[in-house]
Amino acid sequence: MARYIGKRLIYMFITLALIATFTFFLMKILPGSPIASADKLSPEQRAVVEARYGLDQPLPVQYFDYMFGLLQGDLGISINQFKGANVTDVILSRMGPSAQIGFQGMLLGTVLGILFGMVAALRQNTWVDYGSTIVAIIGISIPSFVFASMLQYWLGLKLDLFPVALWKDGFMSSVLPSIALAMFPLATAARFIRTEMIEVLGSDYITLAKAKGASGSEIAFKHAFRNALIPLITVLGPMAVSILTGSLVVEQIFAIPGIGEQFVKSIMVNDFSIIMGTTIFFSVFLIVIILVVDILYGVIDPRIRLSGGKS
Amino acid sequence: MEKILQVKDLELSFNTFGGEVKAIRGVNFDLYKGETLAIVGESGSGKSVTTKSIMRLLPEESAEFKNGEILFGGRDLTKLSDKEMQKIRGKDISMIFQDPMTSLNPTMPIGRQITEPILKHQKISKDEAKKVAVDLLRLVGMPKPELRMKQYPHQFSGGQRQRIVIAIALACNPQILIADEPTTALDVTIQAQILELMKDLQKKIDTSIIFITHDLGVVANVADRVAVMYGGKIVEIGTVDEIFYNPQHPYTWGLLSSMPSMDAEDAKLYAIPGTPPDLLDPPQGDAFALRSEYAMKIDMEQPPPFFKVSDTHMAATWLLHPDAPTVEPPEMVIERMKKFPGSRYYEGSAN
Repeated sequence: MARYIGKRLIYMFITLALIATFTFFLMKILPGSPIASADKLSPEQRAVVEARYGLDQPLPVQYFDYMFGLLQGDLGISINQFKGANVTDVILSRMGPSAQIGFQGMLLGTVLGILFGMVAALRQNTWVDYGSTIVAIIGISIPSFVFASMLQYWLGLKLDLFPVALWKDGFMSSVLPSIALAMFPLATAARFIRTEMIEVLGSDYITLAKAKGASGSEIAFKHAFRNALIPLITVLGPMAVSILTGSLVVEQIFAIPGIGEQFVKSIMVNDFSIIMGTTIFFSVFLIVIILVVDILYGVIDPRIRLSGGKS
Repeated sequence: MEKILQVKDLELSFNTFGGEVKAIRGVNFDLYKGETLAIVGESGSGKSVTTKSIMRLLPEESAEFKNGEILFGGRDLTKLSDKEMQKIRGKDISMIFQDPMTSLNPTMPIGRQITEPILKHQKISKDEAKKVAVDLLRLVGMPKPELRMKQYPHQFSGGQRQRIVIAIALACNPQILIADEPTTALDVTIQAQILELMKDLQKKIDTSIIFITHDLGVVANVADRVAVMYGGKIVEIGTVDEIFYNPQHPYTWGLLSSMPSMDAEDAKLYAIPGTPPDLLDPPQGDAFALRSEYAMKIDMEQPPPFFKVSDTHMAATWLLHPDAPTVEPPEMVIERMKKFPGSRYYEGSAN
């Protein structure tokens, strides 16, 4: 197992280096300059500013400088969005709200989704099943900003249960964005669990469990659930990354100072170091989650337990 | 002998989109204590459905009892609630399935799968249940049972998995063991081992076995009595010798003739012509009539009643009616009948 993880870490490192390289050069191809109102500056002033951020160097030098800094964990400093602030600090300070609503949304969505999917599978072709399917279809087809606006209007404005927007009231502020974020994982989990549970419930070992005298709930939870989890884990991993690292739309609507909101702005103002930093941060997160998912497979299903692991 | 299970006039249908499929159309049989009753018949004859209906393992939403009763321990199993059935399943009646590769839960250690019915039906601690499970594994011939308790199904071979399934079935010393083609998915050498094991265990724990198979070679090996099923009905039932050496129903003749034999002189293997009846719209008379060269006019019109051949032997064919003409069974069957005292072709003992 240790050897496997070691090998995976090396691959992760290579993947990251490639992502950083591609993003770096793609950004340099983009038109525009990170220096605000560059047109109004005299060539001398421009040269001073460019020299300060190393933008006057030839491209390969800039690239190797950046990669060398990256190796030491230095993501550079923000060029214009946060005016010279350390990129790592910017990301970490923005991560909190995103992670909170992301985590709450994921948890709520997955737990409810699994529940919906299980109930639908156990009561196949009854109104419970159809109801849960409708919820799943709504969750997948209606975009999150529509939900977000509806939540703001009904629960925020009309019933006045939660703040409509902004990040001022701690947990209460996080409720509506979390619900808005929960819809997609909820719908996805419900669909995957339902399909997989129906297949698992039709398998021979479930009939055998029934023949042993196991009750309906024992069959569902002790025998079927674990076997139905694998496909869900596969989709939930990457989904968790995108949600935990902030949903651009939901953060905009609720005016949450999260990482998604900041990422969008950084692209609009061409803040190279922030774009790079956020991209690398997302990538690290995604790669780590993928590793965790691969390890989880083995925990859930002994048949895909990794070679060299304890048997 | 003590009757442990009585199936009376059992009729069961599946409600499908295509209509009502009459899968079992009046099945009667008794199971005696300690015996092995084999149910043979081709695919779709209703043999699996009959046993699954005893265990009530058929999907409740589509399978429906139309008539009859299944008497076990003074109770009619067709009338019990699911809760009451859960107490019987795995404890009094247990089952072995056809495919050992798929009948164990892939994500649960086999130790837990064996202790599950023990903990469910007996009031003993987890540690004691584990000891029972280890003993069971040893009983079914699993080497190093303690070590293997923690392993998962994929770490066992097909034959070993079937041994585990048998251990699970025997965990609570059931009165009835239903084996639904337990050796069909295994290769021939393993088949023989599993059959030996089952015969051996039956003696040890004195259970009655209902053995479903389409393999007549297996039947000869394990069964005391044989019921031949066709088109959702039992067409002939008797002791193993009576069915093999004095068969009366044309379908049984067909089955026996289509069995490869060591001493058959012509090499061509017989096959029963035609296909099984459509149980969405079952034939009026004898279901086998359309495929039988012995069919008479009445076979097309009225279902034959059971005619008694001996105290233990009955067959549902109009050929046994006193007014029916005498017909010659296929040659291979006559050869067999020559060895059976009491049949009209009996030639006396060979030695």
